[in-house]
Amino acid sequence: MSSHQPDAALRAGATAPAFSLPATPDQIISLGDLRGSPVILAFYPADWSPVCGDQMALYNEILSEFRGLGAQLVGISVDGVWCHAAFAAERKLHFPLLADFEPKGDVARRYGVYREKEGITERALFVIDADGVIRWSHVSPLGINPGADGILKALQDIAASTGKTETVA
Amino acid sequence: MSRLSIPVSASDHAQGADNAAVTLVEYGDYQCPHCGEAYPILKAVQRTMGDGLRFVFRNFPLTEMHPHALRAAEFAEMAAGAGLFWQAHDLLYENQEALGERDLLAYGHRLGLPSDVVAGAFDGRFDQKIRDDFRGGVRSGVNGTPTLFINGLRYDGPRDADSLIMILRQAEALSSAAGGG
Repeated sequence: MSSHQPDAALRAGATAPAFSLPATPDQIISLGDLRGSPVILAFYPADWSPVCGDQMALYNEILSEFRGLGAQLVGISVDGVWCHAAFAAERKLHFPLLADFEPKGDVARRYGVYREKEGITERALFVIDADGVIRWSHVSPLGINPGADGILKALQDIAASTGKTETVA
Repeated sequence: MSRLSIPVSASDHAQGADNAAVTLVEYGDYQCPHCGEAYPILKAVQRTMGDGLRFVFRNFPLTEMHPHALRAAEFAEMAAGAGLFWQAHDLLYENQEALGERDLLAYGHRLGLPSDVVAGAFDGRFDQKIRDDFRGGVRSGVNGTPTLFINGLRYDGPRDADSLIMILRQAEALSSAAGGG
């Protein structure tokens, strides 16, 4: 897979920094809560990007592929919880969107994917294994939806290394 | 760079010669407005490129977003059984605003297909083929609809006819220089 990977972005082998972020006005999700199965962290610049090419909408369509490989997906942007709620409702998203809103971009900074100048996160993917270790990361050009092939390959590699070879029906 | 993980084969819907120098694969959704915008452009590109281009369409229905996308894909797959895939494909893109089940039955009638055959398309018999297209697309890096692959490589550039023709001509020249078809 390509690419443009700013030096700052955490790479494979690094321990995934812990975080706790609101998913809704009254629900907080921590990385610790997701331990025990692979986690896909998808940082994206903003809610409400154009529809058909939208990365979150695409991932929503292929959740069963991720779940078939035992993984949980969370989206993260600097948008607030109410913005996320409206976005998730409109796009019928079936996975949590976390608000890296206060302190703004704090989690993105810890993963090395915050863009100071624009005040948004990179379009960045991290696949974290059940033990909390980053196994694959990728930073895509802001305007290019990276798709899911890299994520699926990373999840398959994790499944192969742990002997779990679940397949999707 | 994302690559087409499922090679083009006889099970694909293709227009143009098998040995064309350039193969353009579209992963599309019949209800996607961006695919609708691309439809006349791709037609124009095909006309300009002539025999040098093979065009392949694969299903990538975004069913959470587009409630009629799966039925429309089933309809086209059914028509393929009667050798009318491209006629169905074109009808669907030319009538994107009307893709309800009754509309599809009417299009079937227009194509001269028996109504029981058309209705049978919606019982799930084509879903495996559609799902296979979709899953292959996901693994190839399809990142929305339409996603185009030119000779196996995902194309992320502009989708106006001039840009497409230019890049396809380049691919054609490269392929000829390499002595391959």
